[in-house]
Amino acid sequence: MTDDALLRDFEMHKPRALARAISCAESGRGGDIVRALYSKTGRAVTIGLTGPPGVGKSTLASALVRKARGLGKSVGVISVDPSSPFSHGALLGDRIRLVEHFTDEAVFIRSMASRGHLGGLAGATADAVSLMDAFGFDVILIETVGVGQSEIAIAELAQTTVVALQPGSGDSIQVLKAGIMEIADVFVVNKADHPMANQLRREIRSAMEMLQWDGWVPELVATQALAGEGIEQLWAAIERHMAYLNETGEIEGRRRDAFVHQVRQLAMGRIERRLDRVLESESSTGIDPYAAAERVISKLGL
Amino acid sequence: MNERPLRVVIAKAGLDGHDRGAKVIARALRDAGMEVIYTGLFQAPEQIVQTAVQEDADGIGLSILSGAHMTLFPLVVEQLKAQDAGDIVFFGGGTIPPEDAKRLKELGVREIFTPGAPLQTIVDFVTRECGKRRTPAA
Repeated sequence: MTDDALLRDFEMHKPRALARAISCAESGRGGDIVRALYSKTGRAVTIGLTGPPGVGKSTLASALVRKARGLGKSVGVISVDPSSPFSHGALLGDRIRLVEHFTDEAVFIRSMASRGHLGGLAGATADAVSLMDAFGFDVILIETVGVGQSEIAIAELAQTTVVALQPGSGDSIQVLKAGIMEIADVFVVNKADHPMANQLRREIRSAMEMLQWDGWVPELVATQALAGEGIEQLWAAIERHMAYLNETGEIEGRRRDAFVHQVRQLAMGRIERRLDRVLESESSTGIDPYAAAERVISKLGL
Repeated sequence: MNERPLRVVIAKAGLDGHDRGAKVIARALRDAGMEVIYTGLFQAPEQIVQTAVQEDADGIGLSILSGAHMTLFPLVVEQLKAQDAGDIVFFGGGTIPPEDAKRLKELGVREIFTPGAPLQTIVDFVTRECGKRRTPAA
């Protein structure tokens, strides 16, 4: 399919065209399409969802989709799962929790494999957000790879970042480890029926007290995503954060962060491909690694 | 060139809870370097095709061990046509008698694998047929 035909179908609002456009972006051929559609972006609200594996990110996503649909909003969901570093294949299973929304035409779910990218997102996740935004989705939910201590990229890309934690998996030191505390706009203690849930809430509160908050102070919500409990409160917390961003004008800073994130992904992708080519031709004999790095850098013209 | 892995939806349809086979296939395809989207159990044909469209899948593999294959396979073929997605490679597996398999292939199911089919045969089939689909257009 040519780019022109794809753009035509995209503008006629065919889901297949959106699906294809995301694939193009994933294979590094998204330039023309994203460029042509970029003027239509900037309307959607973007929510990031992160947390350790098994905390219930997909179940929370599904509950949030249900809530947004109840309010008449259309929703795009991007679920990132890890690629195998060995085969480069991936088993993408986040859709299983989103099954109730499969045939809802106002919900579009896309699974993305991380394809070697670190930080919890795939290289083309930002492009996928732009494309879903241009397609007209009101809300875009981005679910990261479940890792727990390093997926800070989501905080750059999403306007509101929800960090989900679960009781009974490690003490407050886990919570305090760098990154997670600082990126959360809303904390969720999921599986709130667990006997340790209150302890986790206390630990998060006490960890928060040790930090200086300037402006927005993250909210803490307890949920049981599977039963749909606490979702109203979670949605309300997200809305309050969005309102805060809009009232203070901080939304512009968030938009700029997302833009910078996207530009960095695109630039890094190209640099990495060139770097790989240069490295292939480098010899490893008779040279020390620092000198070799200098030579590689100068070959790249950086 | 930045080659994109093949993407395949592995699905279970109808009232059929036996997913070991589907999971074994999903894993084999993943280990062959593909991105496999697993739908989970009890899917309606419409949900399966919708998933394949949104995920821009190159193929759909449907596993049926409930005996309802003569109903569910044709419904997926119908949905593929209805959603203008007839180019997606549709294949399946399960306890399916040879005469039924023949009939299903006439209806448009590309291949039917039955118990005992070597994993490598299935991986080779998906690699070849889904790969073919990639070359002309994209």
